[in-house]
Amino acid sequence: MFAPSAIAEISQETLALSKRLFLQLKRRPSTLVAGILQPLIWLVLFGALFAKAPIGLFPGGGSYGKFLGAGVIVFTAFSAALNAGLPVMFDREFGFLNRLLVAPLRSRYSIVLASVLYITSLSLVQSLAIMAAAWGLGYGWPGGAGLLVVIGTLLLLVAAVTALSLALAFALPGHIELIAVIFVANLPLLFASTALAPISYMPGWLGWLAALNPLTFAIEPIRAAYLGQFAFDAVVLEAPYGALTAAQCLLLLLVLSAGLFLSIRPLLDRKLS
Amino acid sequence: MINLEQIYKRYGSVSALEGLSLEVPKGCLYGLLGPNGAGKTTALRILCTLLAPDQGRVFIAGLDALADPRGARAQLGYVAQEVAIDKILTGRELLELQGSLYHLSAARSRDRIAALSALLGMEEWLDRRCGSYSGGMRRRLDLACGLLHDPAVLVLDEPTVGLDIESRAALWDVLQQLRQQGTTILLSSHYLEEVDALADRLAILDRGCVIAEGTPEQLKQQLGGDRITLRVREFASQQEAQRVQQIIQGLLGVSQVLINRAQGHAINFVLEGQGSEALVQLRQQLEHAQVPVFSLAQSRPSLDDVYLQATGRTLMDAELAAISSRDSKAEKKQAMR
Repeated sequence: MFAPSAIAEISQETLALSKRLFLQLKRRPSTLVAGILQPLIWLVLFGALFAKAPIGLFPGGGSYGKFLGAGVIVFTAFSAALNAGLPVMFDREFGFLNRLLVAPLRSRYSIVLASVLYITSLSLVQSLAIMAAAWGLGYGWPGGAGLLVVIGTLLLLVAAVTALSLALAFALPGHIELIAVIFVANLPLLFASTALAPISYMPGWLGWLAALNPLTFAIEPIRAAYLGQFAFDAVVLEAPYGALTAAQCLLLLLVLSAGLFLSIRPLLDRKLS
Repeated sequence: MINLEQIYKRYGSVSALEGLSLEVPKGCLYGLLGPNGAGKTTALRILCTLLAPDQGRVFIAGLDALADPRGARAQLGYVAQEVAIDKILTGRELLELQGSLYHLSAARSRDRIAALSALLGMEEWLDRRCGSYSGGMRRRLDLACGLLHDPAVLVLDEPTVGLDIESRAALWDVLQQLRQQGTTILLSSHYLEEVDALADRLAILDRGCVIAEGTPEQLKQQLGGDRITLRVREFASQQEAQRVQQIIQGLLGVSQVLINRAQGHAINFVLEGQGSEALVQLRQQLEHAQVPVFSLAQSRPSLDDVYLQATGRTLMDAELAAISSRDSKAEKKQAMR
């Protein structure tokens, strides 16, 4: 599809654009710190809230903290990816995007690719920090294979949410609107998932919402990995519409992110041409 | 080197360009003069492939910019009006990024940055973060970004707006050097003296089309006789100015007697031929009518007169009118993708 020189040029563009984002992060690390601090507070406060709940009350047989860990890890990656569109939005607003668009970029998807690279690394670093914190609080650590499951699952979720956020960054008129959408989407998606409580504790309608929420599809395989019970054909979610195995959850995430990237393409093509 | 042919562009119900055509020869420093809202920025955005025209054709260095935008972009350095600089990066990092976007090798990028940093006097502060730069420094860095890949065509949108006199002189100097090296330069401006001093050729833009085109000398010579500005007081009243206007209109060898409200109701008129006879008569008649004279100035036609002749208003009047009818929100929207 591309000549070797094209691949070299695209990687030159993408690396240079990502380097800019990482330099920004290094010199202004507040995004990184806040993205760790917020879930850490959730982990400590929510963990403490139900610290005296009887062992075995929550599925998996461990403490509430052990149950909560997987939810907060997914929430961390999700929040980071939800912010993916912000740098792009600021570039649109301040005219920096125009600087990129007058350059003879081999592919303007380099701009999108750089954002995806950046936000994926950022959210993985934040999630690993939260995993370390959860381990420090005694909420467990997935083994070597488990770690691969966690990272793989997070990557799928991050890809989907990044696509969504980038689309919003090009579709909305300004950063105020984008931040408003992020603000409104963030917490309800957390509560309407199995991050904080299992479906069996929820009223029917909320159970349905949680069972349709993509966050749930990421939380349950990770939870299984933390409990050492992960297998692709093991049932991880008892949804109102039937039982889902880990493989099915991951497949749903894969379809979701692929579908999102395909469906935002026309928008990106229009905005970048 | 640059050809715009019959460009039309509308923003919703507002027409920005109405059949604009422009031809810039190779190695020329070309000025695009006009008040705010005349369509200068829109024309330059279309030229730089940031904006698609509704109609018309664009050629840069022989390349059809609408059919081969990437080829055209490689030939082009664009210095935009609103200086978009990443405050967190140092100037050098921004230039390195720019180098990668134009696919320069690391060595070539380094050499060009060194050369431009010497040319534009940026050595001292290039490794500081852009957030700490003054307006003049930012503008120089922005120019360096446009020049990094050594483009055949350099396009500058109002490059000296808001610059102090020293930075402006330095910028003029650099532009003249570049022209001597053979770079084709197109710059827009609403400063008459800038275009007059710098440009080999110019086009005057008004309401989306070219209303006059040529070298500054040609345009001024076409206008003929000397310009006279008479001020009866520093700030005369409208009635008084009208009375004097009538007196002047009665003289022989005088034409285009106008009241210039922007200059405190000064009276502008043109002397036909030598015209010294008319001035003597004017003195006598004013004395007779007991009209005071605050100042009486005579000059060769200026570019402002060219503009006045073509549009019926001075550039300053047009500028003031444009400022009051400006919709900055809509403008921002046009600039955003």
